[in-house]
Amino acid sequence: MKKTFPILALVTAAFLAYAFYQAMFVAPTDALQGDVYRIIYYHVPSAWTAFLLFFINFVASVQYLASAKPSTQRAAKWIVIVIGVVGFIAPFVPQVKQQLPVGMYPSSVATTALIMVGFYFLIGKYFPGKSLDLLAVTAAEVGVVFCTIVLITGPIWARPVWGIWWAPGDIRLTSTLVLWLIYVSYLVLRRFSDSAQTQKLAAVLAVFGALDVPLVYFSIWFFRTQHPQPVIGGGGSMDPRMLDVLLISWMAFLCFAFLVCWARYRLEWLRREVDEAEALETLSDNDGSSAVSARAGAPLNKISSGRGKA
Amino acid sequence: MKSVWSITLATLTKDIRLEWRSKDALNAMLFFSLLVVVIFVFSFDPLAEESRHIVGGLVWVAFLFAAVVALNQTWARELRNQVLDAYRVSPAPANSLFMAKVLGNFILVTLLEALMAPLFVVFYNLRVLGPAWQLIPVALLGTWALVVNGTFFAAMSLRTRSRELMLPLLLFPISIPAVLGMVAATTAILTGDNPAHFYIVLLLTYDVVFTTACIALFETVLQAE
Repeated sequence: MKKTFPILALVTAAFLAYAFYQAMFVAPTDALQGDVYRIIYYHVPSAWTAFLLFFINFVASVQYLASAKPSTQRAAKWIVIVIGVVGFIAPFVPQVKQQLPVGMYPSSVATTALIMVGFYFLIGKYFPGKSLDLLAVTAAEVGVVFCTIVLITGPIWARPVWGIWWAPGDIRLTSTLVLWLIYVSYLVLRRFSDSAQTQKLAAVLAVFGALDVPLVYFSIWFFRTQHPQPVIGGGGSMDPRMLDVLLISWMAFLCFAFLVCWARYRLEWLRREVDEAEALETLSDNDGSSAVSARAGAPLNKISSGRGKA
Repeated sequence: MKSVWSITLATLTKDIRLEWRSKDALNAMLFFSLLVVVIFVFSFDPLAEESRHIVGGLVWVAFLFAAVVALNQTWARELRNQVLDAYRVSPAPANSLFMAKVLGNFILVTLLEALMAPLFVVFYNLRVLGPAWQLIPVALLGTWALVVNGTFFAAMSLRTRSRELMLPLLLFPISIPAVLGMVAATTAILTGDNPAHFYIVLLLTYDVVFTTACIALFETVLQAE
């Protein structure tokens, strides 16, 4: 960590600077919106990063809940495999194919399903046991930060282009806002809850939040078809040069998110190590009462820390 | 061992008897939602035509806040004298306890709605333009949506500091689609502009999804130690 972290930080800074240069000077100006549109290179990558982090949080939470018993772990594994197989095959079935929105290819949907399932097993393999919860809290915290960026840059762009700060009935705006609210409540729960049970309760809440998001999406989807809203993003197609810059931007943001997550993960891990060591030290003191009084008075504290070193 | 249903029924009757003798939760909820209604009347003072468009939102906001009052009391009663710990060590299935609490809250909140609905009609001079009977399934499904998640999150917030504060913070974000469904359905029925079927299906989906999730995860929450 000590050596690689600064190197990676430098690389990320250079990458972000390059992405900034691309976004501000290289990418062509939008024909309709002018230079205002350039905020998209911050808005959209932040959104994708935030959704990715929330997804990681969800997977880690499910894994954490499933890891309580071997039987549930096995059941969860098979459910995920079945979802993956169905998600891979279903887009190619003609009836389902017709339902897909325009511009969404069956192969891309199938690949997404496979990637999601792959994620589940990768996370389960590399983050065993308690580190799943560490991963969940890290992903949620960093995800909320990125989601906040999305919610701030969105209205800044919408005001000059749509003429309004916020479109209350819009599907993407509202579901992102609700997602943000759910994850803020997740962090509040973690903050207000006492150590031992927090992790399980937070994992349960993350599952509830994940169930909620599709429902929000469908409720507003109908709402919107009832009351059409003004333009979204000005049509579907995008200049390939713009798309390139967008992807470069996203890569830079992903590096940045990874860096922040790494630091946060490490910090949380160290914090728990310290907590555990302190708890062990308290337990290992032969006289239980001295451990309690050691914290209360300064002179006793010195004795106890001296003993701890020996 | 007794069947799941008989344990549920026993806990439910116990809760209802306790509530019937004390009437703590019901009185608090009634007075609270009465206050909300009066404050809304003072702050909006709408015409009959306008009120049809806003009353759907007002009604459900009032019930949502009032329901939180009842939900906070659900488990607090069991904490006294370590009743909850006794439940935890008893061989009774956790879900029968959960269903009993949900049904108890459901009865309580439905009763509240039945008592408060005439007040809304009086204060806002309401006349329903759509099919009025549809308000009954909307009310029942909406109440279930609030109560099932509310009972679950109330059990969850037992384990946190300042638990009374925690419940709305957990419950409201998750309830947004349900609240949207209830409000939109009620407005659609009151104004008669468009059919409310979609929202009723949405509420039904919400209820099924979250009732399943609650039943699947309640034991984890109850045993979290």
